Order: sequence, then structure tokens, then C-alpha cells
Amino acid sequence: MQTRVAPMLETRGLAIGYHDGKKQSIVMSGLDLRLRGGSLTVLLGRNGIGKSTLLRTIAGAQPSFGGTVQLDGNDVAGYGKKELSRKLSLVYTDRTQAGGLTVWQLVSLGRYPHTGFFGRLDRHDREIVERSMAATGIAHKGDAFVAELSDGERQKAMIARALAQETPIIMLDEPTAFLDVASRIEVMALLHSLAREQGKAVLLSTHDVSQALQLADELWVVTDDRHVLCGCTEDLILSGAMRLMFSSAGERGGATFDMEVGDFCAQLPTDSCRGGYAIECCDKLLSHWLANALRRNGFSTAANSLGTIIAAAANDIAVKRPSGEVVRCTSVSELLAAIM
Amino acid sequence: MSEQGVNRRRSSTVIAILALSAVVLAVANLVIGSVDIPLGEVLNIVAGKGSESSSWELIVTQSRLPLVATAALSGAALSIAGLLLQTLFNNPLAGPSILGVSSGASLGVAVVMLALGGELGTLFGTTVGGYVSVMVGALAGATLILAALVFFSTLVRGATMLLIVGIMISYLASSAISLLNFFSTQEGVHSYVIWGLGNFSGVTLGNLPLFATVIVLALVWSLLLVKPLNALLLGSRYAETLGVNLRHTRNSLLLLTGILTATVTAFCGPIGFLGLVVPHIARLMLDSSDHNVLLPCTMLAGAVVALLCQLVSVLPTSVGIIPINAITPIVGVPIIIYVILNRKKIKYFN
Repeated sequence: MQTRVAPMLETRGLAIGYHDGKKQSIVMSGLDLRLRGGSLTVLLGRNGIGKSTLLRTIAGAQPSFGGTVQLDGNDVAGYGKKELSRKLSLVYTDRTQAGGLTVWQLVSLGRYPHTGFFGRLDRHDREIVERSMAATGIAHKGDAFVAELSDGERQKAMIARALAQETPIIMLDEPTAFLDVASRIEVMALLHSLAREQGKAVLLSTHDVSQALQLADELWVVTDDRHVLCGCTEDLILSGAMRLMFSSAGERGGATFDMEVGDFCAQLPTDSCRGGYAIECCDKLLSHWLANALRRNGFSTAANSLGTIIAAAANDIAVKRPSGEVVRCTSVSELLAAIM
Repeated sequence: MSEQGVNRRRSSTVIAILALSAVVLAVANLVIGSVDIPLGEVLNIVAGKGSESSSWELIVTQSRLPLVATAALSGAALSIAGLLLQTLFNNPLAGPSILGVSSGASLGVAVVMLALGGELGTLFGTTVGGYVSVMVGALAGATLILAALVFFSTLVRGATMLLIVGIMISYLASSAISLLNFFSTQEGVHSYVIWGLGNFSGVTLGNLPLFATVIVLALVWSLLLVKPLNALLLGSRYAETLGVNLRHTRNSLLLLTGILTATVTAFCGPIGFLGLVVPHIARLMLDSSDHNVLLPCTMLAGAVVALLCQLVSVLPTSVGIIPINAITPIVGVPIIIYVILNRKKIKYFN
């Protein structure tokens, strides 16, 4: 048992699923999961395994099929919509009709649970709206229309809206789905610092494994056989949990988890191996990418049956054949041409 | 950051322009008609000072004032109904006529007029009870269609498909109306056809209080829904996470749309295009989807467009009056085509 902060949200024996007509389809069951304040928790799992269903069930947006979700010690099912909206905010990837609102107006919708019948904003509300925009780095776009934003800015505005809701828990369903790599890293780092600085429990689902493993404090890994492993990121990696995410793909020779890289990598066929080259190189980076080029082309780097590659720099590479013949190359591309 | 300084100035300007246009068009409608009455006389009569000609006074007070009030209120009502449907179904091309709500109301009227009522003369136009029964019929028809739309919206994914379902429902309602006409008496059919052309002069001075009370109450009710309407711009899933009681809100919006559409349809006939077009006019003028300003502007713009159509309909005074439904598409279609062609550039579509 960890002795850190008590969890803000906890599930016990939770079963989730959906109604397919009159039939109930249970997707996962027996889930014991925890969310802690001040932590970024990342939900990983393959497509269609039920990540969104899990998020929506925990958020009380759809009914559970068994077990409980405890929020601040009370069952989520017992909360009214209004009460729940002060505890928990969500960011979906839904297309909205909000293009005709300014960013300021969009973020101010986050104050909905806190304002009165007409939704008037007082000074306190306005301050929180401005602070939320500043925290997500979107303040300079306050007067811009949502329709004019890039995908990354739009996502930041939606996160600012969730912040303005002032809930201890924020859940995000694939917040980085439509973003380029720079915006993905930016959004993920933003969520991590929000969890740290504001003590919020942030839960998000994503397919960006390498970024998740760098920034997540805790992981929920949905395995191929529909169990959820929950724990500290590094503990889960070292216990081999990540391999179970795509175990069937690994067996087919597809994606396998590379512990050193911290990401899923393509498993290259070894049976068509053309033989091997040894690499002699002092530059770690250079030798890494030379090995990458050789492996991709079906050579091994363990044996020197075909010769030795001596690399001084990226533009000074030599191949020494067993016959003693030496071929000089000025790029990896030339090297590949020489040895293929 | 100054909160929306520019926007606020723009919306005040838009409201001022619309209000001024409404007043000018209202006065023009009092002056122009089968008999043109001098502006000074009209103003005297409206101010209660009377006129040198008692027939002018009669025309203005008994006929044109109720006409102007009916046109303005109907325009506002149908436009608000359109706006509520557009926000509720997350579809800027929704409207009471395109989704079949107007047809549903017409069917209700047809049932009362053709199947139950028989002759219009006894039922319609003379007694308040007659109007009430036509209104109830229209409301029942409109509500039926709205309930069907809600049912289909849970089954059909995608906003366009729901529009097509609405159009199909319209066809069904029209075919039911045709069947009713086929089996009805000649007088019934005649009065139904006249009613179906659309006409703001259907509300007499005696019936105006009833009509105006219902419409004004419904419009005030719509103003109370500004907060959830803005939340619905994010889509219903987001609105729910903000604490919006979805079922309650949706039922209120649908009932409100039904009351607005049914009341206007019962008195003035099925009037097309206003509900679809006017919210676009308001949004384009305001450059905003914020319901705080969009609702009042849509009401005003609806009144302005309806008064304009009414004015055009009486312009060829010697020949007679053009049916309103011959004019609304001429105003509406170009705007809708413009909106569709420019949807990539129009903010509220993105």
C-alpha cells in the first residue's frame, strides 16, 4: 500500500459496459482503480478496448454495470448532475458548435456550475476565467473566436474551460488526438504541471505511449485481455505490464514494448537476416542510428560475418570487408548502397 | 483583458439598427395598404388624437394596428423557434418548417378545421373558442412531430440525417392533410387553402390579446433559458458535464418551440423560412453565437423581416395582396444559399 495522499477517487469492483439495444455488453469488470490529487494519471490501452467507456462511467456520465465509484468517500451515482459538475470536469474531443464564441466566452462557460440562474459573471468569476486562460497559455487569444484557433489552441481553450470549472478532478478523453507532436508534448506537459501546481487529480487517455511514460505519475494500463493494471509508472514498466497492452500484436510479430526506449517498437523479422556487420564507433548517437539503419535492412549488428563498419563521423563512414577491401562513404545512404 | 469591449459595442449598434428598422417598417405598414393614409394622420390616430376621417381611424385601429402587431410577434416567435431548434439539435440548418414542426401544426389545424369543425365561418374568426380549439390542434400536431424528432435523434447519427427525417415527416403530414382535404367539404377545403397561403391579418383586434399574451409569455420564457442554451453550444455531452439538466432543458426547449410555432401557425397559417433564416441574419450581424445577445437580436430581426414581407405583400395595391409565403422564400433562400456556400468562413459553423 502506498502511504501517499489518500485517493480522491477510487473504484471498487467496477464493471463497465454499454447497452446494445436491450442486451447489456460488459466491457470490463472487477476494476480497482485510484486517482490521487497532485498526480497525472494516464490511461493506456488499444483502440476500442473501452477507454472512453471507462472514463465516462467513472465521470458518472453513463451508468456502471456493477461495483462502485467513490468520490470523496461517496458513491458517484448518488451525486446530482450539478453537484458532480463542481467535483469533476471533462474534456472530450467532440466537435462543438462554439466557433461563434470568443475564447473568453468559451472559457467562461466553465463557470456554469458556480453562477446563478442567468449565468452572470461577477468579479471573482472573471478573475478565475482570466487565470485559467493564463495557466494554459491561451490568454493572448481571449478575444479571438474559437473558429479561428488551431487544433492545439482549441484544445488548450477547452482545458482552460475545464480549469475554470474549478473541480478537483479533470478527465480528458484523448486530449492530444488531433495534435502535432509539438502541441502533444506541450499539452501533456501543461497537464502534468497543472496536477503538480494546483494539486488536481488529472486523468487522461492517450495513444502517445512515450510521452505518457515520461510525464505520467501513475498509469492505468488496459491489457489485451481487458484487465486494468494500476500503479506508479516505473513500477508498471519494470514489472512488464506494458507488454500486456498489445500482447497479441507482439505474438504476431507486430508492436513490442522496448523497455529501454520506453515505447512500442516494430519487431523486425529476424529469419531473413542477411548476416552481420560489426560497428566500431565512439559516438553513441552515430552508432545508435547506424545500427537502426542496418536492422531495418535485415542485417544484424551482433556478428561481423560481412565485415566491420568504422565510423568517425556521419560523413566519414568506412566499410571493411573480410577480403580487406575498404569502401569509403560520406553518408548513411551511401553506406547502404555499398552494402546492399 | 477587457472582456468583449468590441463585441458589446457591436451588439448595441445592431440592436439599435434593428429596433429603428422595426419602428420605420411598422409605421410604413400603417401608412401603406389598399388605402394610403397620410403619415401625419396615422401618427395622430396612433397617439389617440383621432383623425378627420373616421374611416381612416377605423382602418388603422381595427385592421392595420392588429396586422402590424401580429406580423412583428409572429416574426419574432418563428425566428426564436428556429434558433432554439438550431441550438438544441446542434444544426444551423434546422428550423420549424424544415423539421416538419410547421407541417405538424398545419395537420393539427387541418384536423380541427376539416375533420372536426366543418365550416370555418362558424368556428373560425368569430369566437375566441374557435381560435382556442384551432390553437390546441396546432399545438398537438407540433408536439407530435417534435416528439417524433426527439425519438429519431436518438436513433439517427449526424445532423444532416435528422434534417432528412424531418423533411420526410413533413411529407407524411402533407399527405395526411391532402387526404383530409380529399374527404372534406368544399367550403372546408376552400377556407383551409386560404389559411394555408399564410396571412398576418388573421388576428382580429378582439383576438389580439390572446395571441399576444401567448407569444409574449413564450418569448420571455425563452429569455430565461439563455444560460443552458449557451452551454448547449458545446454539445449535449459537454453541457451535461457542466451540470445542465439535459432532459429538463430539452423538454422546455421543445415545448417552447411547439407553443411558438403552433400559435403562429394556428392564426396565420404555415409561414416558411423565417425560423430558418432569421437566426442566421442575427448571428451574421452580431458576429457572435452568445445567446445573451443572440436571443434579443433574433426577436428583433424576426419582427423586422416579417414586417418587411408584410409591406411587400401589400405593395401592388390595385391587384390585391400577395400571400406571405410567396415572399418569405425570396428573402430567405438567397441568405441560406449564401450561408451554405460560405460555411467554411462563417465562424458559427466551425
